[in-house]
Amino acid sequence: MSVLRQAGRIAWKDLRIELRSKEIVLTMVFFAALLCVIYSFAFPRDVKAIRGAAPGMLWVALAFTGTIALGRAFDRERENDTMRALLLAPVPRLSVFLGKALAMSALILAVAVVAVPLLALWLNAPLLDFPAELAIVVVLGVIGISLVGSVFAATLLKVRSRDVLLPVILYPLLVPLFVAGTKTTAALVAEVPNLDIAWYWIRFLGVYDAAFLVLSLWTFESLVIE
Amino acid sequence: MTKPASDVPEARLVEGGKLGGDAPDDKARASKGAPVKGSPLGLVLPIMTIVAGIVVAAAAWWVFVKAPVQYGYTADGRLNGSSLFFTQKIFYFHVGHAFMLFAAVGVAGIASAIFLKTRNPKWDDIAAAAVDEAVMFGAAVLVTGSLWAKAAWDVWWNWEPRLTMSLLLWLILVGYALVRKFAGPSADRVAAGMAIFGMVGVPFIYKMVGEDSHPPSGANGVVMNLGTEYKTAFGLSALAFLLWFLVLTIMRVQSTRAEREVRELRERGLDLGVLS
Amino acid sequence: MGRGLSRVEIKKVAKRYGSERALAGVTLELRAGSMCALLGHNGAGKTTLLGLLSTLVRPNSGTIAYQADGKAIEGDAVRREIGMLAHASLCYAELSAVENLELFAGLYDITGANIGALLDQVGLEERARNRPSRTYSRGMLQRLALARALLTKPSLLLLDEPFTGLDRGGAMSLGAQLGDLKASGAIVVVVTHDLEAIADRTDHIAILRRGSLVFEERGEAYTYEQLKSIYHQHAN
Repeated sequence: MSVLRQAGRIAWKDLRIELRSKEIVLTMVFFAALLCVIYSFAFPRDVKAIRGAAPGMLWVALAFTGTIALGRAFDRERENDTMRALLLAPVPRLSVFLGKALAMSALILAVAVVAVPLLALWLNAPLLDFPAELAIVVVLGVIGISLVGSVFAATLLKVRSRDVLLPVILYPLLVPLFVAGTKTTAALVAEVPNLDIAWYWIRFLGVYDAAFLVLSLWTFESLVIE
Repeated sequence: MTKPASDVPEARLVEGGKLGGDAPDDKARASKGAPVKGSPLGLVLPIMTIVAGIVVAAAAWWVFVKAPVQYGYTADGRLNGSSLFFTQKIFYFHVGHAFMLFAAVGVAGIASAIFLKTRNPKWDDIAAAAVDEAVMFGAAVLVTGSLWAKAAWDVWWNWEPRLTMSLLLWLILVGYALVRKFAGPSADRVAAGMAIFGMVGVPFIYKMVGEDSHPPSGANGVVMNLGTEYKTAFGLSALAFLLWFLVLTIMRVQSTRAEREVRELRERGLDLGVLS
Repeated sequence: MGRGLSRVEIKKVAKRYGSERALAGVTLELRAGSMCALLGHNGAGKTTLLGLLSTLVRPNSGTIAYQADGKAIEGDAVRREIGMLAHASLCYAELSAVENLELFAGLYDITGANIGALLDQVGLEERARNRPSRTYSRGMLQRLALARALLTKPSLLLLDEPFTGLDRGGAMSLGAQLGDLKASGAIVVVVTHDLEAIADRTDHIAILRRGSLVFEERGEAYTYEQLKSIYHQHAN
């Protein structure tokens, strides 16, 4: 389908540009690592406390790095006004959205791939005990952040105060996503892991992503065209 | 060949310029000398205000006179005697307010969706008014909820479902208000997006806080099972605050519309050279 | 290669940004094979009108109708016919000229585009073509931007201050290219303060003031003197 093909072209363009400089991935991975270090000083070396705190720390790290990565990636479309070029092209505006969201998911996922083992290592948290379930929930979470984030980062592209408004808008909207992610991770990391609860929240997150995917596709063009 | 002169019949051009077009009914009204109408609602608002007043009075009577008193217990199980009567009754106002927050997010979301499709500013006025009112009411909810929690459970805040839900809804509304204030000229469009996404997020928030309560009570976490005596007082107070919210929102929409009309009239005056 | 727009009708379009009125009921008609100079002071609404024409801005009221051979076209098909040259280059800084043009050729579904010939036409030197465009000088960026606009063979070319940053020779050369495009049947709309560069080619003048269209005229080819006097007479 040409919508997907053009989306792929746009996503590949973003990834190609990122691969050249690797600016976002490197700075975000470093940032995530710094967050992990700060967390480990903030909490006592008590295993039980860390088990309780690790899920929250992981998702806070994803929230922060995700938001900054979104800001920086869309900043690139502001240089030379290339977002205007994309919106002017005869490609469906949905392709522009899907392409950006796809590229953002890949970028944030790349950061997560490094951040999760780092957290597991430095906090001595058993994050990797259930790798499949954790991978699924992190992927779903990153997709959600990229979907909603891309809509608003694109909307805010030419708006005053966009740097601070992006988190102001994103965080309240993403609360269900973060709660679902944290609860899944907590269920996986608990002394007595509860896979039922984990899967409940994974399904919750799946429905959330589906609902917001549809909503984003529906509203993207109206929001981005002035 | 220059374009023909203005098509507003009674206006005189001071300069050789061409006027912009106007909405036809405005021109017709202006040329007839009739005042520009303020609100399409006319009689509805005063009637609604009176009804709201009556419902509030009824609710207050029911809450303070008819509904039975419920005693609160401190954390270690002792009866919390002081100021018991009023702090327990806060419950009725608190939950009514929370329903109002639901309504605000719903109204803002739907009005914003219509605004994005039609780009007619009157829908944006509705969304902005609803959110402004709800932010202030919502702040009141959270403070009173906090007081109740202190009286009933001896803590200023606990993450019980209704309170959490109110807080999350309120945060969405505050975010909207901040966006409107600081996003510059396209604030209406950006805020509309947030309202729509916020509205879609509400069912997820509801489900999420329901699962969160101790002990878990599912979706019933937010709407408790109550005895009938409580239910009437509760229903009346919820209705009372919903009505008041609507009344105040409508008033605010009217005032925004009046501002807009004054501004447009001034622009036309400047165009015509009548004003300077 | 599209069928080519034959006419664009702008009817009573108005646009507000919040409480600020950018355009108030502007009506204008654009025809194929003509160059329209859209003039006025800063803040008069010229950029907004171009934004509306490019479909990137939606009007609060009024319509813009695009026609090709008498039939109305809309949506993606309209954008295929539009080319834009703005102050920004609309090209990716991290990609080279060739990569940028290949990307846009793909987005516009253009196969077999001769990118080399196009870059020759706009005068972008060989050595620079495979370097990231962030290394280009302003003049080179303008050339790349022009190549990007011409790549898709647009029948409606919108230009927002395209001559700023160019030296006299560059400006006159660009003006000549625009004249050629007009001669080949395109609709060219230029927002500019550089009346010299568009002189002797412009056949349609529209002047905006505070969001309203205060003057409009069609003629053969306005000379520089004529443009200057009309502008001073009506833009103030």
